[in-house]
Amino acid sequence: MAKPTLAFFDFASCEGCQIEFTNYGDAATLELLKHVDVVEFREAMTETTGGRIDIALVEGSFTREADRARLQDIRHRARVVIAYGACACTGGINALKNHQDDFAEYVYGEHATMPHLESGTARPISAAIKVDYEVPGCPISKDELLLVLSNLLHGTEHVTPPYPVCVECKRRETVCRYDEGDHCMGQVARAGCGAPCPADGIPCEACRGFVDDANLTALEKVLMERAGFSQKRAVGKSRMFTANLRS
Amino acid sequence: MLHDVNINVHHLTRVEGHGNIVVNVTDGTVEQCEWQVPEAPRFFEAMVRGRHYSEVARITSRICGICAVGHTLASVKATEAALGIEVTEQTKKLRSLLKHAENFDSHVLHVYVLVAPDLLGAPSVFPLIETHGEVVARALRLKRLAHEWGSAIGGRTTHPTTVIPGGFAKLPTVKELEALREKILAAVPDLEATLDTIAALAPKIPAFDRPTEYMAVSSASEYGLYDGEAVETVLADGDRARYAVDDYRTFTNEYMTAQSTAKFTKNRLDSYAAGALARFNVNYEMLRPEAKAAAERLGLEPVCTNPYMNTVAQVVEVVHSAYEGLRLLDELIESGIADEGIVQPTRFASGASAVEVPRGILFHEYEYDAEGMCVRANCIIPTNQNHGNIQRDFDALLPRLLAEGISEDDMRLRFEMLVRAYDPCISCSTHYVDVEFVR
Repeated sequence: MAKPTLAFFDFASCEGCQIEFTNYGDAATLELLKHVDVVEFREAMTETTGGRIDIALVEGSFTREADRARLQDIRHRARVVIAYGACACTGGINALKNHQDDFAEYVYGEHATMPHLESGTARPISAAIKVDYEVPGCPISKDELLLVLSNLLHGTEHVTPPYPVCVECKRRETVCRYDEGDHCMGQVARAGCGAPCPADGIPCEACRGFVDDANLTALEKVLMERAGFSQKRAVGKSRMFTANLRS
Repeated sequence: MLHDVNINVHHLTRVEGHGNIVVNVTDGTVEQCEWQVPEAPRFFEAMVRGRHYSEVARITSRICGICAVGHTLASVKATEAALGIEVTEQTKKLRSLLKHAENFDSHVLHVYVLVAPDLLGAPSVFPLIETHGEVVARALRLKRLAHEWGSAIGGRTTHPTTVIPGGFAKLPTVKELEALREKILAAVPDLEATLDTIAALAPKIPAFDRPTEYMAVSSASEYGLYDGEAVETVLADGDRARYAVDDYRTFTNEYMTAQSTAKFTKNRLDSYAAGALARFNVNYEMLRPEAKAAAERLGLEPVCTNPYMNTVAQVVEVVHSAYEGLRLLDELIESGIADEGIVQPTRFASGASAVEVPRGILFHEYEYDAEGMCVRANCIIPTNQNHGNIQRDFDALLPRLLAEGISEDDMRLRFEMLVRAYDPCISCSTHYVDVEFVR
């Protein structure tokens, strides 16, 4: 039986999630390549296929109407579409500009209206096409991506944890950022990453998005009452990687 | 000689980001010869406005997944300059060690995965698993080492966690540093084998000299990467100019063109080069002896004016970073790691920084208000600084290729290889490149 085919595509992003794919080392990478054929990966290969793909990994945000046709072509050709990384799953950091109206003038000045600088709202890939699986995070956890691919190859349903990052901090006995005099968004952030940031001494900024039915009013209240933020800073903070997930 | 040429490379492969190459020659007349950058623009300088100084580096890191360490370091350095923060010697050494990890990491990826297939006549690294399995396995081992090296200091390599204004949110232990030292020492045979491989492939690197201005961070005490008190440029005749980092706008001179969503730059000439070859040309004297020996073996001497040799300069820097990394580790293990706390701001004003990332010099500048919120930001990206130089190389290369009388396919490959040699990082620069030959 032919191996399933795997293809990588990128849109507005830093391409850091595909870089994570190069960090598995020789043993894991060469083992994975025994089970899949990589047929398209512009950043790493000149070969392309115009034909059917079993698994398409799509990175980056949908920011230009011109990219819609390219996304539709990927959807048309692929049996399974996986959006990976915060940019593809929620709009991620790119969505910060969605709450501004002068971003182009600020960066490009008098040239801001040149047609090739057109950039609309930064949206998730799912705003243009149907997405079958999401691997959230900025960057993705490379182990989680491997698990998603492994589950697909074995026909096992993949489940993203429904609980918040706080659970993972408790599990690994990380001292709460609030108890260190800092702030954090782990109480509403979707888990599955293993909570590396608080363990490294920095707050969780919800790069994987929010849990279902997150209480964002309470998040703002906690940021103000326990971390001493102004309301403006609390609102800004709650949008850091999640600007598309709240008003 | 070909009288009609039509090359149209839309979204060039094996580079970071999106770029096009368009070359159009009709009846011997050059109608178009362009390096175009159509990457989707992302507007980071606007997005950090209103953000607290503690989170700015974590946003600007997201400009680039390959140079994330460099963007983080440039960002915290500029923020520290703006906030009157003087970090400790231990912090500087750890950051320098982290910077070497990134240079090693990115260069290994570029040399083995993006450039080597051209020199071996393969379309990508994947067929090489069959034909050159040990070389691919070695590349993956070195890549993994760099990832573990960077993660030991920065928490992770794609968007590091531990690097914050004023110091480190989490410090490595001496035991972890000792383990890292052993891993780097164990990779020395792979480094030697890398030199053997590149020495064997070097004759396939095209000969093409076009003198330009070379720009790099300069330090009196080391080969400037993380640290450096000034920026220096050198011309092909050895003439040097030295500039203060704070004056970066006066020697980068950004301007817009219709062929690119990225800005272009120039200084003493109508374009300049940044990156490994520029650093080699500016800072050769500060290289480790092991790296100088590697340069000699690979036939690289300053001032080298062949842009295709940037790949060889990267290999020389891989050797330099390995041995400089070992030196820094020895010093840190000897002195022990002290929990020094985070140095706090003494003022809220503006400040700029320059850091070398794998593909060239990176400038960040910020201004903060009394609440520590960012009110103004500017980032000048290395690939932007190289776009103008790539275009000038195109202008000089096309007539020479036409005179050589080679086929259109071979011409296309030479243009593609030229762009790849610069190791452009187009997400960074907006960010991207395409080659189109229009008939």
